[in-house]
Amino acid sequence: MSAGTEVGLGPDLHEKLRALLGAWALDACTADEAAPLETHLATCPACREEGRQLRDAAGWLSSDEPLDPEPSLRRQVLDGCLDRREPAFRVPAYAEPFVAETARLDALLRDLGELDWMEPATLRWHAGSEQRRPADVLCHLAAVDGVLARALGLPDPTEGTDLAERDARLCATQAGRAPGSVRAFWRAQTRTMVETAALAAPGLAERFVDYGAFRLPLADSFLDRAFECWIHAEDIAEAVGYPYNPPRGAHIRSLIGLAVRLLPYAFAGEPGADRVIQLIVEGRGEGTWLIPVDSPGTVPPPDTEPTATVAIDGVEFCHLCAGRRDPHRIPAGITGDRELARAALAAAPLLSRP
Amino acid sequence: MSSPAPIRWDRQIQRRLARGEESALGELYDQFAPLVHGLATRVLGDQAAAEEITQDVFAHVWEHPESFDPEQGSMRSWIGTLTHRRAVERLRREASAGTGADAAGYDGAPLEPPSVEEEVLAAATAARVQYVVSSLPQALRETLLLTYFGGRTYRQAAKELGIAPDTAKHRMRLGLQLLATALSTEPVR
Repeated sequence: MSAGTEVGLGPDLHEKLRALLGAWALDACTADEAAPLETHLATCPACREEGRQLRDAAGWLSSDEPLDPEPSLRRQVLDGCLDRREPAFRVPAYAEPFVAETARLDALLRDLGELDWMEPATLRWHAGSEQRRPADVLCHLAAVDGVLARALGLPDPTEGTDLAERDARLCATQAGRAPGSVRAFWRAQTRTMVETAALAAPGLAERFVDYGAFRLPLADSFLDRAFECWIHAEDIAEAVGYPYNPPRGAHIRSLIGLAVRLLPYAFAGEPGADRVIQLIVEGRGEGTWLIPVDSPGTVPPPDTEPTATVAIDGVEFCHLCAGRRDPHRIPAGITGDRELARAALAAAPLLSRP
Repeated sequence: MSSPAPIRWDRQIQRRLARGEESALGELYDQFAPLVHGLATRVLGDQAAAEEITQDVFAHVWEHPESFDPEQGSMRSWIGTLTHRRAVERLRREASAGTGADAAGYDGAPLEPPSVEEEVLAAATAARVQYVVSSLPQALRETLLLTYFGGRTYRQAAKELGIAPDTAKHRMRLGLQLLATALSTEPVR
């Protein structure tokens, strides 16, 4: 260890500073000691290289803590950053629930042990259920995400429009891969989708995404993907016995908004009857919506007199729409046309897909 | 090769941060928040303080993405350094103010086993580091952990361990050299 002395610095001082490199890399010397060392590093390649290596090694001393930071910290930290420097490309508001839900699912996946990845989760929809290991649940999500990715001009991880076929094909191609790489594949696609939406020209949000059996405006498609991500994250969490919270209130509100727009398509209404149900959501995601049950795709004027009013818990309503609750047993306060309200609640699970 | 972290991702995210993409900031947070928050909590032993450090580190990266130099190491290692410096500075500030002087941090317990890491490669590296750390001679290990997680200067560490300051410096350098060597060799499969 005698290399690297240079003009103007005696070998003694060089060795003295060099002996300090370990302490410096651990931030274990005082500022008075660090300053001359850092000046020395600027001119001594040998010490600089060793310093770099030792710092890098020190950086690996801390493995990630098994306990993730509070999910609420994310928004707080990001907002703090954006206050200090205005972003040139914001994440569009319609993509925020998707960003949050994919991040939460990814944090759950990070904590899965080898055996957890073998644990079958139960995926339910209104007409049945299916058992899948977490990696296959990710393939299921990625196969449907892929339709939106394609609409954004990104590569499609599989092909075709039939969702079940896409799902089966993607599961087959990913079948031999380690859960970790399936997770990386799923996550990479979600991130590229958000990045692309953030960089795209305004007006993109109104473009339609074609799912074969139905079409959604791109902004709603992002909400749909957030919704499904949350629900299947819950399925995985349940299978491995981890707690999992519902999305933030503002995001639940967006998801309810989507369900309210879609519900008239699932409900067998009477064209021309123009009946409207007022939905009052309590708890997380609280708010009030008007559902034009007989006129899909329309927005009733805010002063419309509702035919019936339904008061329901927000998270429960989402679970109902995801096919996770029995519409005849779900607690709901109803006034006005009870029959209509019950029929609308009974139609909500039809929004769920396999 | 001192760090097998994915360099391509590091450079891409740096470019996107420089361009001002909020989505890149979100990805960065998701990737490194457990590291930053975990390390700050470990050093400071205080949730609220750890959250402030987390805010501070990400704000720094967001405001100054150009100050990351991929030639000097990985993004992960850079962010680890930013975090550690801030946490240790705060700890020393509090210690000199006479509050919470030695409550925080190092409790003498062995390092936690590695959790599943963001990248498969990073997981392999972390596991290797944990293994190397656990197989270091006791004297080297306790010196490294006491300074890194306990936020001690080498002089304080020397005093606590009952050794000469030069010995403490020597142990730190030697311990890190052993780690660096282990990092530069391929993982055993």
